[in-house]
This record gives sequence, structure tokens and C-alpha cells, in this order.
Amino acid sequence: MKRRLLLLLPLLGFLVLGGFLYQGLSMNPFERDSALMAREFPAFELSTLEDPERIVDASLLEGEVTLVNVWGEWCPTCKQEMPQLLDLADRGVRLVGVDYKDTREKGREFLAEFGNPFEVNVFDPEGTLGFDLGVYGAPETFLVDADGIIRYHHTGYIKPEDVRETILPEVEKWRD
Amino acid sequence: MARLIRGLLAVLLLLPLLAQAAGIEVRQFDDPVTEQRYQDLTASLRCPKCENQAIGDSDSPIAGDMRDRVYAQLQEGRSDKEILDFMVRRFGDYVLYNPRLEGRTLLLWGLPAALVLLGAVVVVLMVRARRRSSARALSAEERERLDALINRERDE
Repeated sequence: MKRRLLLLLPLLGFLVLGGFLYQGLSMNPFERDSALMAREFPAFELSTLEDPERIVDASLLEGEVTLVNVWGEWCPTCKQEMPQLLDLADRGVRLVGVDYKDTREKGREFLAEFGNPFEVNVFDPEGTLGFDLGVYGAPETFLVDADGIIRYHHTGYIKPEDVRETILPEVEKWRD
Repeated sequence: MARLIRGLLAVLLLLPLLAQAAGIEVRQFDDPVTEQRYQDLTASLRCPKCENQAIGDSDSPIAGDMRDRVYAQLQEGRSDKEILDFMVRRFGDYVLYNPRLEGRTLLLWGLPAALVLLGAVVVVLMVRARRRSSARALSAEERERLDALINRERDE
């Protein structure tokens, strides 16, 4: 009898494998953690969108929990995301923008049209900072703590409910 | 007229070449070894945006940026490992088509080998068990029965 039961082993193995594969069907391949999690924000030296003479670097992000949003005028989802970012700014979150692969004119037009929740915007026309951040599309949002360490990463669109459900709790979590 | 058609045909035939050139840049290499390394690296790095395409044959902007970096770093004389590390630091293990052998990937690399080993053990055990049962001498009772069967055949 025992030997008979052993014959069921391959079936069992198949069921386990099937379970994993079934789970894979409902997984979003774009929902993966940033490789930069718990690491320092990459070094950069770029001018700001507002003032070509003003050069900023990673020290810009030190001292306060900051939400860094990578956007571009060419990115339609970024436009849809702006109300949520303005909401976050209203709630006292410090936001810094990275204007990714854009021209200064277009970037400024974008902010004039859709509002400007950012304390300052880093101008990244070549996408070098974006590349070092592992950005492969826009929008992408990084939460950086007061020591300049990346603590949370949001790929793609921030939905209105994400503001309260995920972003604000994360900001609070890293504030002290 | 015929000449016009022939000209148009030639243009049509060239179109696919043009389309390809738009996506994948033409690179200059000092030596064929570096060129081969470039081909290998761009074929073994996965485009983070396009799910299952190597950066070597993807049109997405990020794949182009990554090819630029690979090329620039090859020209600077960096090793393959340095270039792969550079990409993994930014985009994660996801970009490697060949996952590295480390603590987290031990199961991934180890499981197939372990299963093959397990299968081999099972086969050896089964063969041994079978051989033992066939090599065993016949008991007196069995011998008697066998004799009876043989004798019956002879009598018929």
C-alpha cells in the first residue's frame, strides 16, 4: 500500500509546479523593487529647470524626507499624475522633480499648464540621473529619507487612492 | 516606366534595412574581439522596459541608452563583469538573462541538478531491487511447481 502511495509523488510535484505557474499569471512583471532600495541616492550635478545657472547635487535631498518624481513633458501619464502630486504637496510633503529627457521650454510649459508641486526641478535632458536611478520609463517616484537614502519606489502612475494608502504612510514612516 | 518601377522596387527592398538601422546603431570597434564582446553583452542584457527582449534588439529608448553605456564602457576598457555590475546596480538582477550563482539563486541553479541526481538515485535503487528479486534462488516450493509445469509440457 505504501508503495502505491509513492506513485502519487509525480502528481504532487506537478500540482506544486502548477500552483506556482498559476500564481505567475496574475503577477505584474513591472512591479519589482528598485535595485536602489536602501541605497544612497546616486550622485549627480545638474542645473535646475528654473535657473540654468543654479547647479544642484545629491545634498539637495538631505535634511528632510523628500519625494523625488521623475517626469517629462512627453509623458502623458505624468500629466494625469499631477493632481495627486499637488495633493501631496498640499499635505506638506516636500517634492523635488526630475525633468527627464526634456527641453527647458517644454518642461516649463508643462509646469505652467499642470501646476508645480515641486520645490525645485532638476533638469536632466540627457537622462543621466534617470539612468543612474534605474528609471526605464516615466513617471517613477522615489522616497528619499533625511539622510539621502532611498526608502520607497513607486513605478508608474500614482493613483488618487495611492496618495493616502501608500505614499503618505511611507512618508510618515521615514519622517522620524 | 520600367526604369521607374525598377527604382521603386529597389527602394522598397531597401526599406527593411533602413528600419533596422533606425533601431540599432552602427558602432565602430578597434578590434573584432571588442565587437564580439559588445554583441554578447547586448544579447545577454535584458531590456527593463520590454519584458522579454535583449537590449541588442529592442527599439525602446532605455535599451538604446543601455547600449550606449555598454559601448562607452567597452571603449574605456572595462571588463564584462564591471559592465554587468554597473547595469545590475541600476536595474537589478532582472536585466541579467543568465542569473548569477549566489545565495539567493542557489535554489534556481541547484534544483534542476538536485532533481536529476534524485532521479538517478531512484533508477539505481529500482534496478537493484529488480536484479535482486530475479537473481534470488528458487524456493523448494517454486522448484516443485516449475518441475510440474515442465513435466506437464513434456507429457503432452
